[in-house]
Amino acid sequence: MERISTIHEINDLINKKEITYKEVTNAYIHRIESVEEKVQSLLKFMPEEALKKAEEADESGNTLSPLNGIPYGLKDNICTEGYETTCASKILYNFVPPYSAAVAENLNASGAILLGKTNMDEFAMGSSNENSSVKKTFNPWDISRVPGGSSGGSAASVAAEEVVFSLGSDTGGSIRQPASFCGVVGLKPTYGLVSRYGLIAFASSLDQIGPITKDVTDCAIVLNTIAGHDKRDSTSVSMEKKDYTTFLNREIKGMKIGIAREYFAEGLNSQVESLLKEAIKTYRDMGAEIVETSLPYSKYALSAYYIISSAEASSNLARYDGIRYGYRTEEFDNLLDLYKKTRSEGFGEEVKRRIMLGTYALSSGYYDAYYKKALQVRTLIKEDFDNAFKSCDVLLSPTCPTTAFKIGEKSANPLEMYLSDIYTVPVNIAGIPAISVPCGFDREGLPVGMQLTGRAFGENDILKAAYAFEQATDFHKKRAVI
Amino acid sequence: MKLTKEDVKYVADLARLEFTNEEIDRYVHQLTDILEYEEQLNELDTSNVAPTAHVLPIHNVFREDVVTPSLDREKALMNAPEQDKGCFKVPKVIE
Repeated sequence: MERISTIHEINDLINKKEITYKEVTNAYIHRIESVEEKVQSLLKFMPEEALKKAEEADESGNTLSPLNGIPYGLKDNICTEGYETTCASKILYNFVPPYSAAVAENLNASGAILLGKTNMDEFAMGSSNENSSVKKTFNPWDISRVPGGSSGGSAASVAAEEVVFSLGSDTGGSIRQPASFCGVVGLKPTYGLVSRYGLIAFASSLDQIGPITKDVTDCAIVLNTIAGHDKRDSTSVSMEKKDYTTFLNREIKGMKIGIAREYFAEGLNSQVESLLKEAIKTYRDMGAEIVETSLPYSKYALSAYYIISSAEASSNLARYDGIRYGYRTEEFDNLLDLYKKTRSEGFGEEVKRRIMLGTYALSSGYYDAYYKKALQVRTLIKEDFDNAFKSCDVLLSPTCPTTAFKIGEKSANPLEMYLSDIYTVPVNIAGIPAISVPCGFDREGLPVGMQLTGRAFGENDILKAAYAFEQATDFHKKRAVI
Repeated sequence: MKLTKEDVKYVADLARLEFTNEEIDRYVHQLTDILEYEEQLNELDTSNVAPTAHVLPIHNVFREDVVTPSLDREKALMNAPEQDKGCFKVPKVIE
């Protein structure tokens, strides 16, 4: 059982009848029992339910779906009917959703087995998992470091081999940054490709659910299952389904890979930079054409992002009032007092800071100066990408300016923490897809991620480029030792 | 843009939040820092740029106007901190 760890490897063994689904699930349950104490990636662990489903999978003998019998984790902002979904927030500590998210339904129908709900920064606001109101998650490569965020539990659980794959959500880099810090593959799909029905909203015009996996093949397999139109999400796009696994081949000769000069400028860690340069060389050796390009407005993306995402969050989080679900304060004088005490006691510090920023940006007298301005800059950033994609098929950049930082290192200064997302937020602002794949290790053995960004609905291009790179290297095969 | 304590208290009231004096001082400082960082957006002349609220070219999404079942009352109420006779119970609103 040692070392088999991807969806496609498990399927090979199942097809050869060398292993049963129950053995697979049992192996992951044992793994969780032995490493979870150190990693702390899970908020909920469901071994009994998982084993029962695994036995059913063995009995039915159905091997039609590649996800049948595969144990996985779900970020705790994705609703699961009958099982607590808390967003790692005190305000939802007891919330049991009356329905499941579309992605949870899709995975369930595919036969995949939910093994746990994963830790996160409260309401997906954060880049380190230190904002979880429940506990901190630790990076499996070095437990003195953060796993990244906000889908830190999802990335750490895959890196620690506690689950085969997981789903996260990405509003400004929350799938890709932790994937980069934990040495796994993370994809943020095009806005509208995956239904957000049942995803607890942070910033609705930016949020998107995506897979975190061990390799690119698994990423394509999971994307096949979760992508598609859903009438319950009016921003979900109706288009012909693609089989993303058909784009996985090494033939990338002539593919145009763009390098934006702004992404290799000040603030980028020199070890990260040199590994990225190696990656560019790998692509050149494979016959790809390297094209220099420019995203002149990208330096304004973070400013625009914090206004837009906080404004949307302040509106979305107005629903937590202690009336219909979640936490309610114990003592209050009247309705207004109930609202204020419930919200002030129920939300953590970062969430309140963003509600405050967003409320301010939307308030009378400041709306034009901040919110409208940020939406105008959003247009410029989107046009930047449109222009860049006239001369290339995918853009290559670092996922993050650094490797995983120490726990506590950035928690005192919110602005410094925000800078961790500098390469990932422009992608959400433009609504386009991007994937983070491992591209090496720094001198301390910490993983470094490379981000490949594509045109809207160009998941096939970035998966193809990522797969070719993965086949030419073996960074994805190295495992964290816990 | 330097915020004052009064600004922070006003915004907190709009957001239905309340803070201690120390928290207000901290927010004055942190939100001022963030808004100063936001000042860089003013380097850009956007007078002729249309705002993008949404990246997709999807506008109104209509469905057939037919009645379909929605969430059961029981399920809708299952998480309520307080309920009474099949309704959410709230403190008295009108004196």
